[in-house]
Amino acid sequence: MEFESVIGLEVHAQLLTETKAFCSCTTKFGSAPNSNTCPICLGMPGSLPVLNKRALEFTVLMAIACNCEINEISRFARKNYYYPDLPKNYQISQYELPVAEHGWVDVDTSTGFKRIGITRIHMEEDAGKLIHDDRKPVSYVDLNRTGVPLIEIVSEPDMRSPEDAAAYLRSLHSILVYLGICDGNMEEGSFRCDANVSIRPKGQTYLGTKTELKNMNSFKNVQKGLQHEIERHENTLLGGGNLIQETRLFDPASGTTISMRSKEQAHDYRYFPDPDLLPLRVDLELIERMRKALPELACQKKERFVRDFGIPEYDAGVLTAERSLAEFFEKTVKIFPNPKSVSNWMMTEFMRFLKGSGTSIAYAPVQPSELGGLLSMMEKGAISGKIGKVVFEEMWKTGKDSNQIVEERGLIQVSDVTEITDMIRIILLDNPREVTRYLNGKTQLIAFFVGQTMKATRGRANPQIVNEILTDELEKLRINLVITET
Amino acid sequence: MSHLYEKTASDLAGLLRSGKVSSVEITESVLSRIESLEPAVHSYVNVYPDLAVSMAKKADEDIRRGTAKALTGIPVAIKDNMCLEGRKTTCGSRILANFRPPFDASVVRLIKDERMVILGSANMDEFAMGSSTETSCWGPTHNPWDIERTPGGSSGGSAAAVACGQAIVSLGSDTGGSIRLPASFCGVTGMKPTYGAVSRFGLVAYASSLDQIGPFARDIRDMSLLLNLIYRHDSLDSTSVEIGHSDFTSLLDNSVSGMTLGLPIEFFCKLTNEDVQKNLLEARRIFEKQGVKFVDLSLPSLDYGIAAYYIIAPCEASSNLARYDGVKYGHRAEKFDNMIDMYCRTRAEGFGQEAKRRIMLGTYALSSGYYDAYYLKAAKIRTLITQDFKKAFESCDAILSPVAPAPAFKIGEKIDDPIEMYLTDVFTIPVNMAGLPGISCPAGFSRDGLPIGMQLISSHFQESKLVQLVSAFQRETDHHLKRPAI
Repeated sequence: MEFESVIGLEVHAQLLTETKAFCSCTTKFGSAPNSNTCPICLGMPGSLPVLNKRALEFTVLMAIACNCEINEISRFARKNYYYPDLPKNYQISQYELPVAEHGWVDVDTSTGFKRIGITRIHMEEDAGKLIHDDRKPVSYVDLNRTGVPLIEIVSEPDMRSPEDAAAYLRSLHSILVYLGICDGNMEEGSFRCDANVSIRPKGQTYLGTKTELKNMNSFKNVQKGLQHEIERHENTLLGGGNLIQETRLFDPASGTTISMRSKEQAHDYRYFPDPDLLPLRVDLELIERMRKALPELACQKKERFVRDFGIPEYDAGVLTAERSLAEFFEKTVKIFPNPKSVSNWMMTEFMRFLKGSGTSIAYAPVQPSELGGLLSMMEKGAISGKIGKVVFEEMWKTGKDSNQIVEERGLIQVSDVTEITDMIRIILLDNPREVTRYLNGKTQLIAFFVGQTMKATRGRANPQIVNEILTDELEKLRINLVITET
Repeated sequence: MSHLYEKTASDLAGLLRSGKVSSVEITESVLSRIESLEPAVHSYVNVYPDLAVSMAKKADEDIRRGTAKALTGIPVAIKDNMCLEGRKTTCGSRILANFRPPFDASVVRLIKDERMVILGSANMDEFAMGSSTETSCWGPTHNPWDIERTPGGSSGGSAAAVACGQAIVSLGSDTGGSIRLPASFCGVTGMKPTYGAVSRFGLVAYASSLDQIGPFARDIRDMSLLLNLIYRHDSLDSTSVEIGHSDFTSLLDNSVSGMTLGLPIEFFCKLTNEDVQKNLLEARRIFEKQGVKFVDLSLPSLDYGIAAYYIIAPCEASSNLARYDGVKYGHRAEKFDNMIDMYCRTRAEGFGQEAKRRIMLGTYALSSGYYDAYYLKAAKIRTLITQDFKKAFESCDAILSPVAPAPAFKIGEKIDDPIEMYLTDVFTIPVNMAGLPGISCPAGFSRDGLPIGMQLISSHFQESKLVQLVSAFQRETDHHLKRPAI
C-alpha cells in the first residue's frame, strides 16, 4: 500500500520588539539571569499587563504578508498550566479570537509552487528558561525571556512530505526575517516549530491518527524528524498495529522520536478571556499603515533581480533566500554595476567563505565596498581572476582591502606586452619539443605554455595578453619553420 | 472636647491648614485609638506607627510650606490587598504572610503623593473572598457596634477602623459587595466606583473583571474627598478608563429635587427583615420630601446574579491565584518530594478553606467540556444583567436598594454554611456584574442598635449622582453621625 503524509506546522516566532509584550523590560538576549525582569513579567501579585503596541504592529505586518484576514476585534486569553518557568502559571495567549485567520503562503517546492493555508496567527508571551544542575537535584529559573512577544503561526494540514514542510518553514522564515520582525535564529529558539503529522493511503481523504512532534531546532531536524515519524507510522500500520494520538519528542542524537505524553495526559489549559486586557481592536488605519510599511519580500525581490539585473533565476533565488544576502548583493552592485559578475562572485567565493566561517553576513570581513573594489580591479585588468581569488582569501583572512593586498604583495598584473613577449620567447626556446608538437597540430598545448608563462610571472600576467602573444609567437615560429624547411 | 480621631477628614484638614493641630498630633491620636481598640476590634493586619509618624512629619512640613493638598496629613488605612512597597501585603492569607511587594499600588502612590498618612494594612477576608472578614488567616475583625458580630466583608477591617476612629478614612476593594456590605454593617459611607474608574494596578487580584477599589469615610464629604483623589486614569491598568470627573465635593450642596429613584421589585420582594424594610421606607420618605420621585421597575435577570457571579469570580480567581506556588515568593512547604508535591503542599498549607473552595469551583467550571455550560452561560447572564440595568436607567437617575438582607450577623453564624454566606451579597453582586457604581450609606438602625445601610446605584460613571443623593440624605439625617459606643 502506498501512503501519503498529511503535515501541519505550528511555528513560534519571537518578535524583535525592543521591550516585552506586556511590560517595558528589554528583550535583549544574553543578559545576566533575571536581570531583564520587573514585577509585571515576574507576575508579582497586583501587577497588570499593558500591551506593547509594537508587538501588535508586527503581528499585523505578518498577517498581511501571509494574506490573512485580520479580525477587527480579537481577544487575549489565559492558557492555564503550572510550570516554574511561567511565573503567573498562565500564559497570556489568544484562543477563540486570534489577530488573524484564513491566510496562505506560496511555497517554492521541488515540484513547483504550492499554496499552503494559514489557519491563524495569534500573539502570546514567551515563558522563561529552566537551567538544571547536573550534579545536584536543583533547577534554576531565568525569567529574562518571560513575556517576550511571540506570534504563533498555525498552518492548515496542507503539506504532503517532509520536503514540503521544510520548504514552507523556510518560506515563513524568509518572510519573518524580510519583515524585520524576527531574527529567525532557530538555535537560540527565536524561531521554533512543532509539527502535526498523520498518514493515510494515497487517494484517501480522511485524516489518520496524528502525532505532534516537538523539539526540532533546525530545518534539517524538522525534515529528519518528520521522515522518521512518517516511517514509524507506516511501519506500525503495515505491521497491523494501531497509532495513538500523542505528543512525541524528536531526539537529534538518534534521529528518532520518543513518546512524551498521550492524549489522555494532555493538559487541560482551561482557556478563558483574560479579564486584565480589553478586547483588542485592530482598526483600518493600522492595517493601512502596516500595508504601506510592508517591505519587498523574497519572491518579489527574486523576480526583480531576474528582470532588472538579468541574472539567472537560480542565482536570484539563492541571493534572495536571505534578506541580508540580497541587500549585500544590491549594495555591491551599486558600487560595481556589473550584476552578473557580482552574482557569480557571491555565489561562489563569497558564499563558500561565509559558510565556512559560520559568521553572519553582517560581520563578514568582506563587505560590499570591499568586494566591489576587488571586482573593479579585476575588470580594469589590474589583476587576473585567478589572482582575484587569492586576494579575496587574503581579504577575508586579514580584513585588509584589495588595493592594500595587491600593493603589499606585488600582485599587480603584468600587462606590458614587451615584458611578456620576452618571457614567452624564453619559454618557447626552453621547450622545443612542446613547440614542435604544437606546430604539428597538438594545439591544446597552448594551455601548457600559458601555464609556464603564468608560473614565470607568479600568476601576475594578464592571461588574455598572454594568450594573444603566445599564439602570435607560435605562428611566427611556424612561418620560420616553413622557411627553414624550404 | 472631642478627640481628634473622632473628627472628619474635612474638619481635620481645616484644623491643619489653620495650624491649630499638626498631622503628627492627629496621627498619634489615631494610633493610640488603634492601640486601645485592636484587642477587641482587630481592624488591622499590620500597623506601622513608625511609617505613619514619619509621613505625618512630612505632611506637616508641606502644610507649613503651604504646599498641602486636600487630604495632606489625614491618616488612612489601606486594605491588605493593595501593594505597599517594602511592607507586608498579605491579603489575609498564609500564603502571602511574609510577602513584601517591591512596588506601590497606583492608589497607594496617589495617597503618598497627596501626603496622606498611611496607618497600616486593614484586615480582610482571605483574598477578598468572604462577607464577614472571618476567612482572614489573621483571625476575624469584630464589628465595633457589637464585637460579637462581623463587620461584614471582605473589607471589614477598613470599615471597622473608620467606624471606631482607628482611621479617619480608608480604602477597600469591592468584587461582589466587599465595600458596600461592611459600610452598611459598620455604619459608614463606602462606594464601589464604576469598573475602570480607579486603577487596579497593585491591587492583588481576586476576580479581575469585578474587582474595584473604593473609599470608606464617615460622611459623604470625606468620601468625596478621597474619591476625588483616586478616581483617575492609569496607563498601568489596561481596563482603566480615560474619563474626567468634576470635584465631587462641589456637588454636595446640590438639590436633588426632580431626580428619580427606581425601586427594583426583585429586590424588595426578597426583603424579609423588618428593620431593613422600615429604614428603606423611611429613606424613601426623606428623599420624597426633597423632591425625589420614585418609580417601580423590574430587573428580571437579577435573580441569576449570585449563580453567575459564583461561576465568573471563581473562574478568574482560580487563574489569578495560580501564581502562588512557592516558587518565587510567599509561603513554600518545608518538606516535599518533587516539584508537583511542592506545589500541592505549598498550596494546601497556604490557602484557607474558602480560597480553596473557590479555586476548585473555578478550575472545575473552566475545564474542558464545561466551559460553555458554566463560564460562557454566566458571561451571557452578565450581559443580560447589564442590559436590565441599562434599561432601568432610562427611567431613573439611580436605583435605591438594600445593601444586605439583614444587619450584621454574628461571628461564626454563617462561616460553615457557604451558601448562606453567599446570599448576603444578593443585592450588591449585580452591581459588580454590570460594572456600575454603587454607594452604601447609613440609613438607620435595627431595634438592637445595629447600623443598617442603603444602597444607591447609578449608571456607568455617574458617581456624581450618587454623591448628590447621599449628600442630600445626610443633610436631612444624622445616622452617619452616630458612632459606636466602644
